[in-house]
Amino acid sequence: MSNLLRNRQVEFRLLVVLVLLCIGLSLTTDTFLTMANITSLLNNNSVNLIWAVGLLVVLIAGGIDISFAVAASVVQYLAAKILMGIGGGNWVLGFLVCGSLGVLLGLINAGLIQRFRIISIVVTIATFNAYFGLLMFISGGRSIYALPDWWTARVILFEHEAADGTWSELTLPFTVMVVCVGATWLLIRRSNLGRQLYAFGDNPEGARRAGVSIAVMQALAFGWCGLMAGIAGLMQVNIVQEVVPNALYGRELEVLAAVVLGGARLGGGRGTVTGCVLGVMFVAVTQNGLNLLGISPFAFQMIIGAAILIAISTSNISFAGLGNLRSGGRK
Amino acid sequence: MLDDGAARHALRLKGVSKVFGGVKALDGVDFDVREGEVHCLAGENGCGKSTLIKIVTGVYQPDGAEAFELFGERLESITPVQSRARGVSVIWQDLALFPNMSVAENIAFDEMVGLRPRGVDYRGMKDRARVVLARLGVTLDLDASLETLPIAQCQVVAIARALMNEARLIFMDEPTASLTQSETDRLLEIVRRLSADGVAIVFVSHRLAEVLDIASRVTVVRDGKLVGVYPTAGMTQARLGELMTGHLLEDHVTARDMATAPVVFQAQDLGLPGQFEGIDLTIRQGEVVGLIGLLGAGRTELAHAMMGMSQPISGQMRLHDQPYRPASIREAISQGMAYVSEDRLHLGLLQKQSIADNAAISVLDRLLDRFGLISNPQKIDLIRGWVTRLGIKIGQPDDAISTLSGGNQQKVVLAKWLATQPKLLILDSPTVGVDVGARAGIFRIVRDLAEQGLAILLISDEVSEVLYNADRVLHMAQGRIAGEYDPRKVSVHALEEVIYE
Repeated sequence: MSNLLRNRQVEFRLLVVLVLLCIGLSLTTDTFLTMANITSLLNNNSVNLIWAVGLLVVLIAGGIDISFAVAASVVQYLAAKILMGIGGGNWVLGFLVCGSLGVLLGLINAGLIQRFRIISIVVTIATFNAYFGLLMFISGGRSIYALPDWWTARVILFEHEAADGTWSELTLPFTVMVVCVGATWLLIRRSNLGRQLYAFGDNPEGARRAGVSIAVMQALAFGWCGLMAGIAGLMQVNIVQEVVPNALYGRELEVLAAVVLGGARLGGGRGTVTGCVLGVMFVAVTQNGLNLLGISPFAFQMIIGAAILIAISTSNISFAGLGNLRSGGRK
Repeated sequence: MLDDGAARHALRLKGVSKVFGGVKALDGVDFDVREGEVHCLAGENGCGKSTLIKIVTGVYQPDGAEAFELFGERLESITPVQSRARGVSVIWQDLALFPNMSVAENIAFDEMVGLRPRGVDYRGMKDRARVVLARLGVTLDLDASLETLPIAQCQVVAIARALMNEARLIFMDEPTASLTQSETDRLLEIVRRLSADGVAIVFVSHRLAEVLDIASRVTVVRDGKLVGVYPTAGMTQARLGELMTGHLLEDHVTARDMATAPVVFQAQDLGLPGQFEGIDLTIRQGEVVGLIGLLGAGRTELAHAMMGMSQPISGQMRLHDQPYRPASIREAISQGMAYVSEDRLHLGLLQKQSIADNAAISVLDRLLDRFGLISNPQKIDLIRGWVTRLGIKIGQPDDAISTLSGGNQQKVVLAKWLATQPKLLILDSPTVGVDVGARAGIFRIVRDLAEQGLAILLISDEVSEVLYNADRVLHMAQGRIAGEYDPRKVSVHALEEVIYE
């Protein structure tokens, strides 16, 4: 247990803050701690969480991806065209098409990074612009409303009617999110491939010398991120019931902020699924709380920015002593 | 196979050659290591040691070899995977470990490598790591992340990782370069244990005393050619250095009597609680004063105070007979002090910047043109001047400093400080990580600078270094000057006894 606390300091601190935040909101509002609010919070943040675990894998491997949200838009648009083209399809085809398109877009990033030795932030800023520009050019910015029925139908997995008549429910995106989070955990924590990803992010040269295939690691990290982006795109359409080409533009920074808040390190080698989930939930609860308290939504981004600064600077304080040891430890 | 000696051969190379772009990195070298032997591979930087290691580990393929035998098996060539499978392991100087991962995962990392997906068994991994550490006679917290460990324990983790791969032949590249004396002793103890266990160890180190202590035989390579294989019994450091460099190293006492030279720097009863106290120190023009002592004796702390990086609370300092009390390093430099730090790689140089920028950084204000901008031609002139004076081997002044060898980097640091035209130069452990040939070069420069009238304070861990290069030796222990010695009247051995008593 003491080990768990020592190695999971960031997560533990975030959990404490999140719990305090929830207690505070339960006391100051009478709507926060209702089943309707909690379930809608979970449903509405499913897409962000799916993206977040995908991005987490890239960050652990020492990269960064700016293009995933726009990639999700591209996947949505292409999938809508393809699925309508073949007469509608079904959920299985939907997952297959969106998943493979997402993986493909992720592998384009990995291929550019590996082939031309360009750092990931430059590559993904480029693909972010290229994907988005191409999408707007081809679609003319027009939304697609004519979608297969299965895609836009609400799949309800749990529902409950409260005494006052308000409905709470958990929908398909929530379940898919749980599966994605679980699968990512299995990948990075429980499989040898995931541990190689950590090692690659931690010390690329050391990993290379140990025989870790760098090309495969890049492909795995960005492919996984692409897969999650594709699935997130599929789920987002299920929630909003339309494909709007520029709807997801700009969401990448919100997700990146949440993942970094959860303890993933830009630079690689560090980050956990638990931290990632807590980071997204912290951002979600903050936004929800401000909403319920009737505070201007503009305050939200300010608070998230401040939270990131506080999280990063305090984690540097507690790790400062360790940093010295790492760089020689001979003073 | 059992041609010489009773033990079987772990490795036998005969007439191995390797050519890079027309240059013979290895030219018909023979090399053999017996099972359970500690064997030293010695030579200056760039002599072909690394190439030899990389051929055995399969990183390079030999261009020619009369014989290549690994544990009695004849090979034409080998791949890295085959080499590792046969029990060959290298512990690189940078260890190639993973700071954010746990100790257990670092030890067992190689079993996770591969593209076939499989689960990770953390409990089994920890059990196996524990068994290997027990073989080394060490206990470590297996769950701690590696970055929380001191460098000496990281070294142990790297060795344990090699054993985890069932290594029977381990190459250790400069394993003691960043260890203290007691950590080195513990590491050598582990090496002896492994050797008794039948593991063959090839030791590469610049610290010749250590090499002679631990190894039973030494193979010397120079300019890609085999110089010879020698038993360490009866070998001296001076003889080994001579074999490595091809010329007699000036390892003789060079002390002069400087008692009549004008005093440059003087400290009286200088003290800073917890660091040093009651320090009386006089350094004269053209004099090299050696300052020796154990790690933590207060030598570096004293240097910091002399450079204005800390403020002594008692006593006084005088520079050229004027009261001297620098409030900052900037002030110390402007009064003619210069300090080449112990940790040159981290503190002394900007690794990614060019050689020219590094050398010029301390005198930028003297390179300004009439617009107040830095004049590039002037900068290049300055560099070329120092490159010639100090004999620095560089490609272009615009090359990154990291392209230079350790010895040449050290010379650039010297150039940077000498460009400020100092009166007193403090050299803090100038030869850590520098090979024996470059080391001799640095001391040649030190002597030349002293001849030209520069006062020098030479801080070192190695007794022979100060004894052969200083005019006077001060021994510092627990923050005090414990004794003063005339190099002409004391032997290395006698002084070592005093220091390590």
